[in-house]
This record gives sequence, C-alpha cells and structure tokens, in this order.
Amino acid sequence: MARNRHTGFMTVDRREPPCREKDQRIGDFQGIEGMLSKDELARQSERCMDCGVPYCHAFGCPLGNRMPDYHDELCGGNWKAALEILHETNNFPEFTGRVCPALCEASCTLSVGYEPVLCRHIEMQIAERGWQEGWIKPQEIPWKSGKRTAVIGSGPAGLAAAQELVRCGHQVTVFEQSDRIGGILRYGIPSYKLEKWVIDRRLEQLQAEGIIFETEVTVGSDISARYLRKHFDAVLIAAGASRPRDLEVPGRELKGIHTAMEFLTQQARLLSGDRVPPEEYIDPKGKQVVIIGGGDTGSDCAGTSIRRGAETVTQIELLGKPPEMRREENPWPEWPNTLRTSTSHEEGCTRLWSVLTKQFYGTEGRVRKIGCAKLNWDKSGFSEIPGSDFLLDADLVFLSMGFIPDENDPLADSFSLETSPQGWIAAGRDYASSEPGVFAAGDIVTGPSLIVRAIHHGRNAAAHIHRYLLS
Amino acid sequence: MMQRNSAGSVKETGLYRSRYEHDSCGIGCIAYLDGNPRHETVQQGITMLKNLQHRGAVGGDRKTGDGAGVMTAVPDELFRGVLEGVPLPDAGEYGVGMVFLPREQKAREFCMSEIEQAVISRGMECIAWRKVPVDAGSLGESARQSEPDIRQCFITSGSTEVSSLPQNLYVLRRIIERSIQRREEELDVSQFYICSLSERTIVYKGMFTPEQIDRYYLDLTDQRTASPFCVVHSRFSTNTLPQWRLAQPLRYIAHNGEFNTIQGNIRRQHSREGFMASRVLGNDLQHVTPVIDETGSDSSMFDQVMELFHVSGRSVPHVMMMMIPEAYSPEIMMGEDKRAFYEYHATIMEPWDGPAAVVFTDGRYLGGTLDRNGLRPARYTLTHDGRVIMASEAGVLDIKPGLVRAKGRLQPGKMFLVDLEQQRVVPDNEIKAKISRQFPYRRWVKQRNIELRGLFMPSGVPKLEKRQLLSKQLVFGYTDEDLKTLMVPMAKQGQEAIGSMGNDTGVPVLSDHTHLLTSYFRQLFAQVTNPPIDPLREQLVMSLESYIENESNPLDLEAKQYRALKLSHPILSIRDMVRLRNSGHRDLLPIDLDCTFTPDHTGASLKVSLDHVYAAGEQAARDGYSLLILTDRNAAQGKAPIPFLLAASGLHNHLIKKGLRGKAGIICETGEAREVIHMALPLAYGADAVCPYVAFHTVRDLSEEGLLGVITPDEASDNYVNALKKGLLKTFSRMGISTLHSFFGTQIFEALGLSREVTDTYFTGTISRIGGIGLREISREVQQRMERAFPQHTRQPKLLPPGGTYRYRRNEEAHYWSPEAVYKLHQSVRNDDYAVYKEFSSLMDRAYREYGELRGLMAFRKDCTPVDISEVEPVEAITRRFVSAAMSIGSINAETHETIALAMNRLGAKSNSGEGGEDPERGRPAAPGESRRSRIRQIASGRFGVTTEYVLQADELQIKMAQGAKPGEGGQLPGHKVSEYIAAIRHTTPGVTLISPPPHHDIYSIEDIAQLILDLHTVNPEAEVSVKLVSAPGIGTIASGVAKAQADRILVSGQNGGTGASPLTAIRHAGLPWELGLAETQQSLIRNSLREGVYLQVDGHLKTGRDLAVAALLGAEEFGFGTSLLICLGCVMMRKCHLNTCPVGVATQDPELKKKFRGKAVYIQRFLQFAAQELREVMASLGFRTVDEMVGRVDMLEFQPAVNTWKANQVNLEEILSQEHLHFSHPLHRVRPRYQEPASAWERTLERKLGSWLEEESPKRLIRRKITNRQRTTGAYLSGRIIKRYGPEGLPEDSITLQCTGSAGQSFGAFLVPGVTLKLAGEANDYLGKAMSGGKIILHPQRGSTFRPERSTICGNVVLYGATGGEVYIHGTAGERFAVRNSGAAAVVEGIGDHGCEYMTGGTVVVLGPTGKNFAAGMSGGIAYVYDPSELFDIRCNLDMVDLESVWNASDRKAVRELLERHLKYTGSTLAGMILRDWEAHLPLFVKVIPVDYRKVLERMKMNEDRDGETLSATEEVYDG
Repeated sequence: MARNRHTGFMTVDRREPPCREKDQRIGDFQGIEGMLSKDELARQSERCMDCGVPYCHAFGCPLGNRMPDYHDELCGGNWKAALEILHETNNFPEFTGRVCPALCEASCTLSVGYEPVLCRHIEMQIAERGWQEGWIKPQEIPWKSGKRTAVIGSGPAGLAAAQELVRCGHQVTVFEQSDRIGGILRYGIPSYKLEKWVIDRRLEQLQAEGIIFETEVTVGSDISARYLRKHFDAVLIAAGASRPRDLEVPGRELKGIHTAMEFLTQQARLLSGDRVPPEEYIDPKGKQVVIIGGGDTGSDCAGTSIRRGAETVTQIELLGKPPEMRREENPWPEWPNTLRTSTSHEEGCTRLWSVLTKQFYGTEGRVRKIGCAKLNWDKSGFSEIPGSDFLLDADLVFLSMGFIPDENDPLADSFSLETSPQGWIAAGRDYASSEPGVFAAGDIVTGPSLIVRAIHHGRNAAAHIHRYLLS
Repeated sequence: MMQRNSAGSVKETGLYRSRYEHDSCGIGCIAYLDGNPRHETVQQGITMLKNLQHRGAVGGDRKTGDGAGVMTAVPDELFRGVLEGVPLPDAGEYGVGMVFLPREQKAREFCMSEIEQAVISRGMECIAWRKVPVDAGSLGESARQSEPDIRQCFITSGSTEVSSLPQNLYVLRRIIERSIQRREEELDVSQFYICSLSERTIVYKGMFTPEQIDRYYLDLTDQRTASPFCVVHSRFSTNTLPQWRLAQPLRYIAHNGEFNTIQGNIRRQHSREGFMASRVLGNDLQHVTPVIDETGSDSSMFDQVMELFHVSGRSVPHVMMMMIPEAYSPEIMMGEDKRAFYEYHATIMEPWDGPAAVVFTDGRYLGGTLDRNGLRPARYTLTHDGRVIMASEAGVLDIKPGLVRAKGRLQPGKMFLVDLEQQRVVPDNEIKAKISRQFPYRRWVKQRNIELRGLFMPSGVPKLEKRQLLSKQLVFGYTDEDLKTLMVPMAKQGQEAIGSMGNDTGVPVLSDHTHLLTSYFRQLFAQVTNPPIDPLREQLVMSLESYIENESNPLDLEAKQYRALKLSHPILSIRDMVRLRNSGHRDLLPIDLDCTFTPDHTGASLKVSLDHVYAAGEQAARDGYSLLILTDRNAAQGKAPIPFLLAASGLHNHLIKKGLRGKAGIICETGEAREVIHMALPLAYGADAVCPYVAFHTVRDLSEEGLLGVITPDEASDNYVNALKKGLLKTFSRMGISTLHSFFGTQIFEALGLSREVTDTYFTGTISRIGGIGLREISREVQQRMERAFPQHTRQPKLLPPGGTYRYRRNEEAHYWSPEAVYKLHQSVRNDDYAVYKEFSSLMDRAYREYGELRGLMAFRKDCTPVDISEVEPVEAITRRFVSAAMSIGSINAETHETIALAMNRLGAKSNSGEGGEDPERGRPAAPGESRRSRIRQIASGRFGVTTEYVLQADELQIKMAQGAKPGEGGQLPGHKVSEYIAAIRHTTPGVTLISPPPHHDIYSIEDIAQLILDLHTVNPEAEVSVKLVSAPGIGTIASGVAKAQADRILVSGQNGGTGASPLTAIRHAGLPWELGLAETQQSLIRNSLREGVYLQVDGHLKTGRDLAVAALLGAEEFGFGTSLLICLGCVMMRKCHLNTCPVGVATQDPELKKKFRGKAVYIQRFLQFAAQELREVMASLGFRTVDEMVGRVDMLEFQPAVNTWKANQVNLEEILSQEHLHFSHPLHRVRPRYQEPASAWERTLERKLGSWLEEESPKRLIRRKITNRQRTTGAYLSGRIIKRYGPEGLPEDSITLQCTGSAGQSFGAFLVPGVTLKLAGEANDYLGKAMSGGKIILHPQRGSTFRPERSTICGNVVLYGATGGEVYIHGTAGERFAVRNSGAAAVVEGIGDHGCEYMTGGTVVVLGPTGKNFAAGMSGGIAYVYDPSELFDIRCNLDMVDLESVWNASDRKAVRELLERHLKYTGSTLAGMILRDWEAHLPLFVKVIPVDYRKVLERMKMNEDRDGETLSATEEVYDG
C-alpha cells in the first residue's frame, strides 16, 4: 500500500479531468469529460487528508458518501472496495459522478486554502470501473416479504427508492408517466452531460433485480389512487417537479417562446430517434437564442442550442452577478454562491445579470425582441434603474426560471394529500404523507433540487417504507 | 444531617468513599544493636519523628495532625512500676493490649467485657486493666472530638502453653475484633481498636502531629519506658477525616507509600483463604479469617496478611520477601536459588506493588525494605556506639561526625535487617540467601512449571472463510475503523495507534448507539499519591509473566504443591488454544464453557445463561478441571455471544464465593476482544489469559488483503501480540503497577454507566456512581449487533459499518465538534455575531443532552427569583476567571501560542505555557499594553525549559500531574522534530529526542508534592501554585491532600481534554467527565474545610454559558478552554496534530503550512466574551449577581432524567448532586489565602540581609551556618531574588557562598543560579540541585567523619532533576535516579544508585564509583563518564539509546580531567586524588556513555553542516515506542 495520505495535499496538485476540445464537442451530443489515468487518480486520492471531521461526507454530500474511505481504498489500489463503499450510500454513482455539482468538493477542508480533493470525477471512474469489471451485477435478493410497493415516478428518487425496496425483498412496480424510464435523467439532462446508455445500463440491473416498470401510466388519470392503495401495501410518490414557472409578461403568447423542458426533452427524444411532429419542432439553427433564467437548466439550453447551430446565445438572469470569490457571509463549508461557468458557457454564451424581462415583441406572431430593464439589487430586493430599458434580439426564447408545484396535477388530487405552504406535497421526517401508507420523496416534496438529494430522499424513503411494511 | 460516628468517620454520601483515601508519610526506626532496653532509644525515636514532621500534614483546623505514632518493645519496667500489686509474669510471658475504647460508657463496658470473655474462653487470663495516662490538652479540635478512651490490658497465658503465647494472642485479638464488630449495628463501637496485643511490642499512636505525641502519652516521657528499638511514623493523609485508628505504626510495620494493587491483593487473599490450612494455627484459622478488614488503610491490610503468614510459620523477613519481592526479570543478575525462591512464591503471593518503604519488626528482627523500583527514600546510619538509625530522610538525629561508622540507603528491592538477638546488622545478601536456601525451591519450581512451549505442537490452525470472518466481525461489533485505525497500526508496527484532539463523543451510557460492555469501564491511573511507571525505560521492573495455577495451601511450606502453567504473557494465540486443548497433560485438564445465549428483550435469557456458565464452571472446578475456557466460538445466528467480561468476571466472583477460585484457571476465548483495553479488563476482573481469536483471524486477513504491505500473516500476528503486550504494560504502568501478577484481579477500573445490580453481582467491588444499564440493556446491545450481522429482512451486509469513534462518520457515534458546530463557531467569532454564537451554544447544549454529557442531565432549578441582567457583574469581571488550557509550543506553533496569550492577556485572563518552556522574549511587552507572556507556566514531568527565570516570569505555576487525554503517561518528541527554536526554549540540543517521563520524579507520593509546592513558593513567592488533576474516582481525596500540601489552586480536568498526540486507548478509556471529578473535589474539600483556602478550576469541553453555569454550581470558580480556542483560530478538527500536517497552520511547525494560519486574537476574545455574556444571562435567570455567590450552589441544580433513550434513562446523578456537604456550613469557594508556613529564623535573617546586598552591583558574601533536614529548599529564595535583580545571567561565579554544616533537607540548591555556591559539609536528602540553572553545589562529609565517603550514601535520590546548568561535586555516593532529566549541569559523584542519568538530554556526569542498574535509560543527550575498575558497567547500563566507548579523544580526556581536578579542589576527594595521581593508569578504566542520537548531532554540528534549522518540524510528544 503505497500511501502518502497525510502529506499528499502538500505535494500533489489537483488535476481536473480532461475535456474534449470546444470546437470538437459542439459538433455532437456525446459526453464531454474524459478520463484521468488510474495512477493519476491514486495520486489525487492521496490528497484526501482523512479529516477527523470530514466535511465532504458529513456536511457537503446529502448522501453522506464516505469520501475519505473510498479515497483510502483507492490509494491502496483497492477499487472494488472503493466501489462497495460508494454503493453503501449511493445507488447510482455513475449518475452523480457525472452530473453532481459536488457539494463534497465545495465543503472539502482543503477548500479553506487549497484546491479541494477531486471527488466527483473519481466517483464516476470508480463506478465505471465497476461496470467494466463486471463488479456491478444484479444482486440476489434472498428474502421475499410478499409486500407490494408502488413507486410513482422514475427519476433519481424513484429509482433509488425502487432499488432499495426491491433489495429489501418487496415487490416493486414503478409507474412512469412518460414513455421511457428515467425522468429528469432521461429527458432533462442533456446527453453530453449524461449519455443515455448510462441510464439504460443501470436499468437493466434494476429490472434484473425484479423491479417492474410501467411506462405511460399517469396516476390519477390512467389509474386511480384508490387502485394503487388497494393493490399495493405502500405507495411512494416521487414524481418530481416538472411544472415550469411561467413568465407572465406581454407578448408571452408569441411563437418561439418555449419552456426549457420542452426544448431539452425534445432534444433527448430526437437523439433517441423519436420523430417529432413538425409543428412542435424547435430549431435553434441560425437563431438568436435568449434563455431567461441563469441556472443550470438554462445553461443546458445554451449548450444544446449551440450544438444545434444557434447564431447567438444569450442567458439573462434576474439576480445580480455572483461574486468570483466567496463572500464572508457565505463561508466554508457552505456551498459557495459564486460565479460558475459551465462548459456550455465556455462554448459561446453571453450572460447578463440583473436583467428584468418586461415584454416580448414579435412580428408575425413570432418573437423578435425582448424588452428588458436593468435592475438594482439591495437588501430589500430589486428596483429598476430608471432609463435603463433596452431591447434584446431574440427569435427563440427559452424560459428556464425554475419549477413550481402543479396544483392541477391529477396525482396529488387523486390522493388528496396535504401540501406544504409552498404547495409541495407535505411529508414528515419519515417521508410519510398525510395518507397512511403513502409516502413522498424527491422534488415533489422539496421543490426542484439536485439529483444527489433526490437519490438521498429515495433511499431514506425506502428505509422508512421498509420499516412501515414490517411493522 | 451528617452522620458521623464517634470515631470521626462519616457515612459515605455523595461521591466520597473511604477507600479512596491515601496516606503517606515519614517513617523511621532506631535500635541499639546490643538489644538492651533504654529510655533514650524511645526519646531519640520521638526526636526523629519530630524531625519528620514536614512529611506529615495537618488538617483544616491547623492543629489536628493526620497521625503519628511509635512502636517499642513492651516496657516491662514501666508496667512493673505502675501495676503495683499485680503479679506480672516475666517479661515476654505476658501480653499487653493497647486498646482504643469507646468514650461512651455503655459501649466501653461492652467492649471490655467482650475482651474479658474472649480471654477466658481461650483459657487465658486478663490480670489487669490500666488507663493510659494522657494529656488531651495538646490535641487539635477534631482529634479531641474523636479521642478514644485508651487502656491497656495485661493478659497471661493462663492454662495455655507459654510458648504458644504469640499465636494465642493473635487468635485472641482476632476473636475480640470480630465479636465486637458484630455488634456494630446496635452500638457505636467505632472507636474500638486494638493498636497492639503482643508480648513483645507495643504501639502508642493517635491523631496528632509528631510534636504532640510525647505531650499526649505521658508514658513516653517516663524514664522507665525503655526499649531496645523504636519504630516511628508520621502520617500525611489526603483526607482530614483521619481517625485515631488509622495512625501508624501498625502491629508489625510502618509504611511510607501506597499499594496500588490493593484491590487485587484483597481479592486474592479472600480467594486464598478458601483453601488455607495451618499446622501452627490448626482449627484456630477459622477465627482469624478473613484476615483483611477492608475498612482500614492499604498499609493495615498489608500488616494483616503479613501477620497471618508470619504467625503461621514464616519469619518476618521471609514474608517481606514474598510480599514485596525485588525485580527478578531475566535481565537482572541474581543467584539461582533466590530467583527460584521468588518464582516459587509468585504463585503463593502476588506482589504488593507500589511505592513502598516499610519498616518492620517482630521484636527480634528490625528491618526495612523498599519496593522494586526504589520509589521511596530510606536512609540509614550506623554509629560507633552501636546504634542503627533508619528513616525516610537523612539527618533526623543529630549525630556527631566522629560517631558515624557508615551511612547508606535502602536500595530498590533490598532489605536492611537488624537481628537484635545476634546483635548485628545482617546484609541483604546474607539474609536472602539464607531464606532462599531453606528449602529446595529450585527443584520445586522445576518440577512444578508446565510451559506452553513444551506442549504438543499442532500442525495448523483452523482458518476462517472470508464471509465467515465478516459475519463474526459483525457479531462482535467490529467496524472498519477498528480494522484500519486500531488494528492496522498494531499489526504493522507492533504498537498502538496515536490520535489527536482528545475525545469529543459522549459517555456511552448516554448515547443511543450500541457499545461493547468494555466501553463502560474507565481505567484508573496514578496521580500524586503514587507514580505511574515508565514501562519502556524501566522495563526491567515490569513483567507479563504469569502462572495459571492450581492453588493449594499457601500457609505451610511443603515440597509437594501443585503444577502451574507458566505463561510468558497472557495473550494466547489460536495455536496456543489448540495446544492447551490437545495437550493430554495430566495436570492440564481444560474444559470448554460455552458462552452464548439466545437474546430476548428482558435480559432474562442472558441471566439464565450466565448462571448456567457459573454453575458449569463451579462443577468443572469441583470435578478437577484445571482450565476453564470461556468460549464464544459457537456464536452464530440465533446464538449470541455473552459479553466476555461479564462471563469472566462473574465466574471469577462466583468461584471466589465458593472458595474454588484457586482450583482452576479462567481463560477467555473471545471474538469480542481486540483492543488493549479488552485484554486488560478481563485480566483485572479475574481471567488468567485471553485468546482474541477473531482479532487474530482479522489480522491475518488484513495481511492477506495486502493492507499491511509486505508483512506476512505470521509477522502480523506477532506484531499484534507485541502491541497488546506493550499496551498492557502501559495499562499497568499508568496505575503504577509493574507486574501482571499483581495486576490480576485488581479491578482498577470504575464502571461508568452500569447499574449497581450489575456491578454488585458480576463486578463485585467495582465503583459505579451514576448507575446505568442492567442485563436487559446489555442483552439488547448484543442483540443489535446480532441483527446487524444477521439481518432478518435485508441483505447480509458486505462491509463492516464505518465506525465513527475516532473520527466523524454520519449515523455513527455523535461528535460534539460536528461540522455545523465548527463552522458556527468560526462564523460567530469572525463576524462578531452573538446571534450565531447562540446558535452554536444551543447546538452544543442540545448535543450534550442528547448524546452524551452528564451536565445534559442537569437542569437549573425553576423556582428562582431572577435579577435584572444589568445587576449581574460585567463580562470583564467574568473573563478574568478564564484560562487557556496548557498547550505547548510544539503541539501548537508559536503563532498560535502567542495569539492565545495575547487574547487572554487582553481579557485579563491567563494563558498557559504548556510543557516545554517559553521564549523569555515574550516577557517583554508586544506593544503598549499588550503582552504575549503566558501568565501560567507549567511544571510538567519533563521539566523542559523550567529555568529559574521561567519560574520567576510566572503569575501562576501549574504542576501538571496528569493530562485528560492521557493520564498516567509520558511523551516523546522525536529528535527530528526538535528545531533550534524548540531546543533553545527547552534548553536542549536541536535534533535530540526528548522524553517526558510518566511520573514527576520528585512526586511519588503526597508528601512529595508538598515539597515541590514549597520549592516553587520559595523561589517565586509571588506566584500562585496550582495542581492539575484529571477527573478520576478519589480525586476529591487527592485534591484534599493537595490543598493540605499548600497549593493555591486545583484544576480538575475532564477526560475529554484535547492533545497533540496520545495512544487511542488512553483517549477513550482513562479519566472521567469533569462533572464527577469536580463534584467529588468540591464535596471532599468542603467536608475537610479546605475549600476556603484554595481555588477550584475546571476544564474539558467548556463552551457555552450553560457549561460554565453548571461548572460554577458544582463548585468551580475558574474555567479553562482548550480546543474551542484553537477552533476560534481556524482549527477544523482534522485530528492530525501528531502528523504535523495541520492544513490551517494551527498545530503544525511546517513553514509552508504555518502560512495558512489565519487566526486573530480578537476571535478568541469574542468567543470568551460571548461565553461570559451567556453565563451572565444564566446568572440573571437564577438570581446571582456574582460568580462567587454562585460557586458551589449545587442546590440550584436538579436532575433531569433522560426520557427518550433506552440506556440513559437508567442513569441517576444523586451522588453528583448530593447536598450533604452543604450542611457543614463551610465556605463554598475560596475566601482566604492559603496558610503560609512562618519563615524560619534563618530565612528571616537572609531576608533581612538580602535587602542591602542586592543594592550592590556585584555583592560578594560568605555565610556560614548549621543546617538540619528541616531546612528545605535551601538557596531557592536567594536565587529567585538574584534573577529578579540581576537578570537571567545571575552573578559572577562564587559571588555568594553559603557554607552549611549538617544534614540538609530536601531540595538543597533547587533553582540555584549563577553566582551562588552552596557548600555542604555533611549530607543531603532528595532532590539536590533540582532545576538548578547555574551556580555550584559542593557536598562532602563533615570534618572528623570516620566513614569512607566513596562507600557511603551522603546524598539522596533524584539529584539534578531538570537542571539546566551549574555544577555539582559530591564526595560520596548518591541515591537512585542521579541526574534524571539533566539538561545542562555538570556533576561529579563517587557512586550512584539505579536509573542514573535517566532521560538526560544534556550536561556532563562523571561517576567515580559503582552505578546501579539501568544506567542511561532514555538518555538522549549529554555525556556520562563512568570510572569502572570492575569492567562490569555494561551489564548495568541500559544500552537502548547509548553507546559505550573508552575515553580516548583529547577533548574527552580534558573534560574528565578538569572536572576531577575541580572535584579534588572543592571536596578534597581521596578517590579523585588517587585517580589523578596515576592518571594514565586509571584513564583506561573510564567508560564514556554517549547517546547515539546525540553523537550524530554533535558530529554534524562539528562539521558545520546545516542542522535542518528552522525548517524542521516539531510535533509534541509523539509516542513511538
């Protein structure tokens, strides 16, 4: 065991994983991130200091991934053990290893005065190695409880819960409204960030472990809550948050204004070989694309638009420009609210901050320009800067301003569940909803959040359901 | 109201237990060899006693002594004179009982009639009673209150044989004692006590000071009171609830020291009594057993056991040899017969281990003996007029120089014996040879021992499949952390792992996580009243050897006896178990006792299974099986393992009860044991050996998995066993026990969180003060582990749980320093945000309540009248009560250290230098009004950097007796970490390893700390002296002792204290929460009315206002902060201090990492102000305006039981929250300064003269005076004044010369400084030249002496401890530990005792005569030259760290010659003269002793190489060995 665990951070610099060159990658929708060598990874793992209080594990990661432990195994060359440690806390390290913003790295002790330990990429590689070596296999489930569970929604929360439940010996059926399994993983995240075979590979394992997937079933309309509650001993609602927040300003009805999810989903379908009716086809090619909303989904729209040949891409954000460095009131190990530049941004995207969208202007029913104003932010909120109005060319607009609870969702209706003040499904610390035997997890409880939180929710909910089923 | 019986002892309430009491003392004896009784013998004895007064103590009333007494021969002439008309038989044919009787008439009459009846029933005759004439006027208040009615009774043999009078008197006494004791319930007979009942000896003793004894007992001044000998004793008790009966001498001995192993000795004696028979006593044996009266002191129990063995036929010296054997490890040269004697007796009697100087007599033999490690002083003088004088100190009797025939000292393990019949002194060798050859012990031993090696050798050992192993590991609660953190270092390096930053998890019983039963035990450790041992450097007194024996009657000496399995250590391998099971040896009959049970929810099944195991064990023992193997090998799904400790301890107790324990050995074959503590616990609770089979499989697996690098599975197992062995030695040594044999059954643990039913039934005698879990919860914990291993409804786990004991893991053990806590604290102090601090403090308070601290179970009383917060004293008044915990430069870096000091000084608080000196530069103001000086200076066992200047720069001097994270241990700073800066402030050489010994070598006993406190008060009268103790059972009595020893302040440190580095076992398993220690200390000090004169300080995880409030209410008026201050400065709890890789630059010396330091003093200021503010809020709500009003108001706290947890709800805090002591109406906090001993006449003279001298630029003076042993710490006051006046350089050589004649008291020349010369013609006691930083001490015999100085001990033990400079010349020999931890002084001496130059780091020592054993142990620097005409020096030298060579190079030759010339010039040494006269012939007989490291450093320095200089890193005290 050649380990240099305690001084690695002083002698080894952090290395970022390689990325395909910008010019090359924008020509296709394939993955961007390359692989560091195994030796390099072992060296990077040595940078982990095995802290007495590992903030990565204990504070940053919602799943509580045991970074110090897998780094320890990795620098000992024990990849299989590292994989097992990862799987102890995370069902799908190959997903989070690709798309997680890595809260662990933000809260890494080394972030105090050094570059954090490389965690996300290593997680991805450990998982990939597992697949390559055939270490990740369907697990045998020695015991059958005879209990039936239904999971509504096949996003990360639903899948994680389903796997945990099936492994506890319960029968699991996953109901998915869409035609394919995966939810946000499938249709929300561009495939250059998460190629879809990665999902398919995992789904095979889930199926082999006995999970039944029912697609194109909308609970509440296709089947009733009553039916579910009658036929299943427990139901988990993990349907996610998919209703986009709309922008109610004059000109919203103009053509060429889409929600981000419409665009991203369509792109995923196209890549899967689906046909899209021409009237629904969104084509950024040669267009001046404006994305309203400065978040990750907006950035995904930007990357996708660039790949589809947009002439210009502009992303505007209501809030002010975040600082480059942490602010005092946002100290380590909190998540740093700093300026983040995604690969899509690098690929050619203009970003504007403190911009209010006031009106869409169009000709022939199609959007052409956006009327904006600049904002001044202070503690009490924002105010328009008088006379700062300006026009932005836009012939394709994507609205990416987050997601809100869907009051008209037949699902919630059908179950008649209590909701939180924000309108999400109300669930206790045990993930139980107001109806006995009905549990809820993921974005539909928390509002839109990270994949890693969804997995965490799914796992915890499954544990509580298990306890519920046995009691 | 208080329940106090007439003898003055108090019912045990609160945390007080009488068994915690310690005592220690001065002892002495005198005899005329001609054996003629003389009154002057008694007179001289009393004079000696008075001259030992300073070794005793007085209580809170300043008048009542802790006890004093004398033993003499029966004064026949006196009795004939006073008993007119009574027909006394010839001397020696009647017995005299010296009896303390109750003052109350009814009780007294009852006792007297019981005595008379017993006498009649034995066929003897009570011919007279005499009321002993006393004068009570001289007594102190509390002594008078409990004064008994003292009478003597005179008993003749009546119808019995005169020749069997001694035995008959013994049996009679036991019968009387037992019959009166039986009536205790109805009558207060507590005052009844028979001091002595003998035809030869009589004891006069009582609760007074030595000064009072002959004023009280009028007999003692009566000319007719004549005796050929007199034994005296002056007592220093840690407690001032002394009782008359506790004074010494006892019936045979007077003892100075303490038996650390007493608990084990008691239990083994009980078990021995199960199969004892005596030819001498016959059926009377039943009247005398059980011989031990557990209400007495350790010394009295020793006396009782000794008496039994003596009366049954062994001579007194013989019994002493068995009970206090000298070390006889293979490294020690010894005759075979003597070794065989010790080996033979090892199975009969375990050593009574601990510091002990014992004077004993049976009226014919008078002698003294010393423990194997020589931890107490004893000096003797023989005179030309036929007197023998032996005492704890030299010079207790004034004897003209011309009369002295020889002077000597008792050596470790040696005996000094006077045979009054043969009228001579019998040398140690002669007496021991005679006794050793009395019987053919050699043959007996050879026939008896069965060695494991000799048994059949199995070809292979069973192996476990990987999955099976995992399942076993899960059953026994293994975690990944156990494997990687604990076992890998053991299997890899053969030693326990190191950790940093202490323990920040809760007490197991308060946590909801499951724990092994072993986690509920806390190891006891030595502090103040006895010293821990250094198991590495003083290994030759340590032993792990043991015998599993089939005991048979120990009283009679016979050829036959029994067969014993000899083990070289108590860890049995899997292979060993196969051997034992298949041995086929007719004397080794093993039987397996299956230790599994089916867990249920009630614990009933566990109880049934335990009972079954005990019954099976009992039957097996009766059936003749000799090895009972408690095994949990059969644990599997559905069959849970019984916690092995429960099985072992319970069986041990059961067998003792049945009188069968001696019939068979108990071996634990358990999967549960893996750590050192898991081995130590069963051994302390009755098992003979342990086989940790899952641990062995695990270690093999680790190796096979490649986790140990190139280490093979066999090597790994060996390493693991070695680590356990070292750990065991460390465990014993922490308590000052040196052999496994005497560790067995000692139960030196306190249970923390076990119910009394459990401790009473299975761990009988173990203290458990907060109650806790019972069998139900124990069973449930096992069940939880079983569920983890065999989950019913989920998959079998593939991995072990991560474990989160030593570092944080989510869902595992909760740590107080959670990520949230650290970051909230960072936030609050950086942004000066009190609201965030409140979030932090409520997080902490909640954490304490939810998972783990006793104070979480306390609530403030609701019915108080609040005051407005504006009326509460301000924050500034409160922060003055704050101190920073001791953290040395080395453990943290200079930046951090200085920042803390700066912050504390700004607040009017005090920072602590920690061990390791302090840069004098810091004494100068940093900026106007700013200071980086540590106001508290620590005096630790290494004494590094403790110069006179350092001491003078202090406002407070803190004697560190123990450290929360590793009580009872020393430390080591490896050479490569000793940078120039560190070396400079520690006064050592850069690059040379520094070792801090476990004990202070000037504190082996309670009276020693009084001496050190006196030293410190003398050299710096302005500084307060504090003593740092770690919370442990009995801390209250120790604290009382410390208060009596004149400390100004006592610090009670909690178990959780942080540390730079400490073995993990110590971090987790030693020490107690401060709540217990503080409460006990407060209760005890108040009971003894000592609280009013001493400050009480507490530390250990104090962070919130609530913490401070609870601490104040429990009795603390000052508060210490450690870890939290580091967190303020940016520490993130990496817990890697010991690796020097602190990434935030707090605890690292790495120059690159230090740049990351972002701490500011203001952060600490804010934190402490916040904490003070929060305390004010609590004070306001409780209605207190000042902290002083609040201190000790324990009535304001109430118990708030934990309700939602399944373990904690069993806990109660009755004893902690006891209010009994409040009824004494003594002050609850310090209200007056400590008493100051009035200055002696000679100090007053000096003081007067000094004023005028010190006005001169360079004074030159010569003072002459006589000196006695009562004049202590000579020269220190003067030295302090000189440094103050002239600076650290002092004065030019020989400016002030003090020429003394006589016997100097202890610490002669302590803290001496340049320019002062002390000349002493006569002799000196212990600690000569302690901490001297310059000047000269010259010691030679008085003019007119006729003894040969080079053969005589004229100087005591522990010379030059911690000296940094100066010269010492001794024309004569010195005692043990000469130049221990010397780091700069030069010395010439003509012979020394054991452990010479131990831990030396610098300076030069020339020894012109023989040295004792273990020379140069732990010596890492400096040079010694030993004149060795015998050419045997190498066998007495510990060669671990040093090289030996001849003195060949010019500089060495010159150095030796110059020192010899000076020695000759100053002392007139004949030896030096002889050598110098024929220099060339003698030179080849010198051996140069030079540490290997040191030589390398010197060579490098010489070559002018880069000495790594400032780039070197330094981390404190990494134990590597």
